[in-house]
Amino acid sequence: MTDTAPAIELKGISKAFGPVQANKDISIRVMPGTIHGIIGENGAGKSTLMSILYGFYKADAGEIFISGKKTDIPDSQAAIAAGIGMVFQHFKLVENFTVLENIILGAEDGRLLKPSLSKARKSLISLAEDYGLNVDPDALIQDIGVGMQQRVEILKALYRQADILILDEPTGVLTPAEADQLFRILGRLRSEGKTIILITHKLREIMEITDTVSVMRRGKMTATVKTAETSPPELAELMVGRKVLLRVNKKPATPGDVILDVKGLRVVDGKGVERLRGIDLQVCAGEVLGLAGVAGNGQSELLEVLGGYADGTGNVTLNGTPLDLSGKKSDGQSRRARGVAHVPEDRQREGLIMDFQAWENNVFGYHHDDRFNSGLLMDHAAIRADAEDKMARFDVRPPDPTLAAKNFSGGNQQKIVLAREIERNPDLLLIGQPTRGVDIGAIEFIHEQIIALRDQGKAILLVSVELEEILALSDRIAVMFDGQIMGERAADQTDEKELGLLMAGITDTENEHSVAEVEANLARAGGDASKEV
Amino acid sequence: MTLMTKFLGAAAGMALTSGAALAEPALIFDLGGKFDKSFNEAAFNGATRWAEETGGKFAEIEMQSEAQREQALRRFAESGANPIITMGFAMADPLSTVAPDYPDTKFAVVDVNWLDLPNVRQVSFAEHEGSYLVGVMAAMASKSNTVGFVGGMDVPLIRHFGCGYAQGVMATNPDAKVIANMTGTTPAAWNDPVKGSEITKAQINQGADVVYAAAGGTGVGVLQTAADEGILSIGVDSNQNHLHPGKVLTSMLKRVDVAVYDAMMAGEDLEVGEVVTLGLAEEGVGVAVDEHNKDLVTEEMQAAVDEARQKIIDGEIKVVSYYENDSCPALDF
Amino acid sequence: MDVMPKWAEVILVPLISLLLAALLSALVILAIGEDPIAAVTLMVKGALGSTYGWGYTLYYATNFIFTGLAVAVAFHARLFNIGGEGQAMLGGLGVAIAALYIPWPHWTLALIGCGVMAGLLGAIWAAIPGWLQAKRGSHVVITTIMFNFIAAALLNYVLVNVMRPPGSMDPASARFPEAVHLPTLHELLAPLGIAFSKSAPANISLLVAAAACIVVWLLIWRTRLGYEIRAYGHSQPAAKYAGISPVRITMVTMIISGALAGLMAINNVMGESERLVLNATEGAGFIGIAVALMGRSHPVGVFFAALLFGFLYQGGAELALWTSIPRELIVVIQALVILFTGALDNMVRMPLERLFLMFRRPAPPANSADSEPKPGPRSGQSEGAE
Repeated sequence: MTDTAPAIELKGISKAFGPVQANKDISIRVMPGTIHGIIGENGAGKSTLMSILYGFYKADAGEIFISGKKTDIPDSQAAIAAGIGMVFQHFKLVENFTVLENIILGAEDGRLLKPSLSKARKSLISLAEDYGLNVDPDALIQDIGVGMQQRVEILKALYRQADILILDEPTGVLTPAEADQLFRILGRLRSEGKTIILITHKLREIMEITDTVSVMRRGKMTATVKTAETSPPELAELMVGRKVLLRVNKKPATPGDVILDVKGLRVVDGKGVERLRGIDLQVCAGEVLGLAGVAGNGQSELLEVLGGYADGTGNVTLNGTPLDLSGKKSDGQSRRARGVAHVPEDRQREGLIMDFQAWENNVFGYHHDDRFNSGLLMDHAAIRADAEDKMARFDVRPPDPTLAAKNFSGGNQQKIVLAREIERNPDLLLIGQPTRGVDIGAIEFIHEQIIALRDQGKAILLVSVELEEILALSDRIAVMFDGQIMGERAADQTDEKELGLLMAGITDTENEHSVAEVEANLARAGGDASKEV
Repeated sequence: MTLMTKFLGAAAGMALTSGAALAEPALIFDLGGKFDKSFNEAAFNGATRWAEETGGKFAEIEMQSEAQREQALRRFAESGANPIITMGFAMADPLSTVAPDYPDTKFAVVDVNWLDLPNVRQVSFAEHEGSYLVGVMAAMASKSNTVGFVGGMDVPLIRHFGCGYAQGVMATNPDAKVIANMTGTTPAAWNDPVKGSEITKAQINQGADVVYAAAGGTGVGVLQTAADEGILSIGVDSNQNHLHPGKVLTSMLKRVDVAVYDAMMAGEDLEVGEVVTLGLAEEGVGVAVDEHNKDLVTEEMQAAVDEARQKIIDGEIKVVSYYENDSCPALDF
Repeated sequence: MDVMPKWAEVILVPLISLLLAALLSALVILAIGEDPIAAVTLMVKGALGSTYGWGYTLYYATNFIFTGLAVAVAFHARLFNIGGEGQAMLGGLGVAIAALYIPWPHWTLALIGCGVMAGLLGAIWAAIPGWLQAKRGSHVVITTIMFNFIAAALLNYVLVNVMRPPGSMDPASARFPEAVHLPTLHELLAPLGIAFSKSAPANISLLVAAAACIVVWLLIWRTRLGYEIRAYGHSQPAAKYAGISPVRITMVTMIISGALAGLMAINNVMGESERLVLNATEGAGFIGIAVALMGRSHPVGVFFAALLFGFLYQGGAELALWTSIPRELIVVIQALVILFTGALDNMVRMPLERLFLMFRRPAPPANSADSEPKPGPRSGQSEGAE
């Protein structure tokens, strides 16, 4: 293509974890001054590959060339020395340090802190000017928003003279507006000659910003194409290995009676902070109410209190009968008895016991049911049979009920939870982040199940930080911001832009708003949003 | 586990057998350990003297906790040790269950005199008589007319010591004051020199210038503090005069070493089923005068002690035993 | 990750750990100028070479089964009950009260009655730290340790001031009446024509301990309560999600754990000394931690680990009796076993796992067939790496 050496060239990289081949003979060339996307499902080996590049893992085979020179990267220090910077999905920042202190952390010169700090301050100012990365050097990390924290991560890499930036799922925690802002920054970095590798599973982002894209599937690189010469359906097919429906097929909803009626719901957390500040919403039989919002604006608390494991105040009725929001009658058991099923946001932490086998997880929360017990003891045979049945019907792979939950992929874990909750035939299904960390193929299946349940006349309250998902599944959409509902829209009469503004707490969606305004609003409210994801 | 056993078993097959030969005497020390410089050490010295003189060997074990006593007794009895000599009143109860199980084994126990077992020789001492004598010396050595007594564990035996001591003091100087303290209520009080030191300091603050320690290993702390603070102390059981030459007035000797030596000497011919009480007349108790304290013991003092000793032996002076009615005419505990 | 077959996991790993500990102990013995082979021989002969030795080994093992089970049950709820020592002491007090102040007609009734009292007092002693943890967030590690000291002080007081028979100088309770005497293995085996040492203290409590293993196994793996305890132990947020009350699980688990530790008293107090003495537990509460660690908190593992420690204890006592190897060194050997089997577990496990992987290397990664319609399973490792 050109005479210049590629900024990064990987040749024949292979890495195995035990019997699992995470990377298999992978070769990539990334030219300097370009943005290269790596896309693939969860577990496709993207992060493993980047971890090899950043020195966290040692490849079993293969070579790395940086700017044409063969380079050995045994650890992250070597990677930094080679000019590679990494921005992780989960930020590695010290919450109670300032921006400046975080930036020099691990790169201090000498014994005294002062000289490092003043030197860093100077270069921070020039970096900010060069790339439009404005941050307050003296703000504490815990006081700034997620988008801002991400910028600190990028600055950290740039401060260490990085020419190559790797970003791992950078938009997972951002609002659409923040994501746009990030892409502008990335564009600017590219024009300044930096090389960027963007890891994501979102097709939209690939199409929007990258120059070239590599697709990974099951540890192998299935294709590398110019972004301009491909399309989302083609990429999706390359990722999954078959044709994928990117839209959810659904009939219009036929809402029935009000199942869940929430009035003035308030929740105060352990620190005395009011996390829900008077929520009003209704969910009817046969409809999906989507709850959009940036993570950490009270959605989790809402699910928890409705699911019975956090205390709240207010008036909530289910099928017309009041629901206890605190005290003995407010726990997961009594909620289940009332016909509330709950697919929690964090299936690995809440929905499943990762060390339990699939069949044991199959009755989690329902283990007091008579059909799973005989006398004092649990009826293991009955539970196993039930688990096998559900796993077959929800196409859990492998269909082995004696496998521990942790040994299933994210999508299959979610199917186990979904099967457990949906098969109970609940009146109300609470479902949080149904497809987080789930591969595209399974997403399709999970979405179908949710819509099928709706069509059986069940009420569904859906919480997701993926706007696309909210838009695809919901019949009505409520947007949460700072513990309140900012507005409610019919799904077919709104768009991402309008919802994005509501998510930033701006109810006046008719007029134009600057990005700065959106950011200021977000930083004010969702300062600790990052902790929720 | 089972494989481990096999492995060890294989090793066992190749190795030499070891363990005690038959009919060696065995000695079981009380809590406090054999180097307590006092009660147990006296026993150890007696046994060592026997071993040196006869070329014999003896088995021994130090108690680590109360619950081990019975196992140690049984183990020695099982191995054929004979006689088995045990130290301290706490052995009385284990002995009363173990001894009947081994009628052919002979046992001796020091500081016990209330059992009724045909194969046990019980040796006790007239500690009150010896204590009376050191009381006489303490009263004469004291300038402040105040003397102290530091007991180990608060049991009748130790009160018995203190009572004889107080009687000796009072008989010599009716105006004197005796301060008595106990280190504790459990066997741990036998081996707590730090607490012994604290008590000694407290007694010094109350004016004591001679202290008598009847506290096993705890006494080491008493004697040390007394020496550091420049007052006189009196040791117990073994001759402890050498611990701080010129600072230890004397030691109330309790010839545990003789009792152990004699028992080992008798060997399998040990006379059992009897209670032996060793007093001044039998030289079972006494006061220690040697090169370390001869400057402290005046002629006058020596004469008074000799006189009191003779009078006790002759019955002219009756030292009241605390055991008689669980109280002391000269001291309130 | 199940990279090793189960037999390697449960047998090979502890076995190699043990061998390493034995090897290091041998070096230590060598270093102080003693013959390690003779020492081992002495230990084996003393602990397993006679019915007398077995009687003591089994007696100690019985203690350790109870305390090991106590720690294991708490482990399943991720509660670290270090208070087995204090709970067992209180159990002893319970046995003494029941045995001394109630006229039992027969030992069977006495065993039940004293067992209940032992369990009850042990449970109370564990319930208080449990309550403090559940309601006040005071960590059980701290509180149970503290309660060991309180238990020792309480026992001290009771033995010196309340239970000591008049005229006795020994801080111990009176002998229990003949009616509460538990049959020893000698008495149990004699009718079967098996000669077992008359003087060894192993008694019917051994059978109670074995039964306790079975009950604990049923409890943990077959009942809803056990299911909830394990779920709570693995993930507290998940337990809350499922409607499992953390307060209830913490309390119930600690009570069961304390009762098991307390039950130990039917062996050492009722079965062996037949009176309550100071320090009757002899550190069995702490050994229980090692036993539970080594037994992987499984009753079968606990049973065998307890046997091993019974062997070490009895063998160690023999060493102290017949050699000049100081008793402290026996503690060193026991500590090495604990260190290798408990704390340094991964040191043996990791290389062993690698070894097993080497043999499995040629196997292709799970479902690499591209034609498969739905994403297949992935191992937790590649998931974790993502």
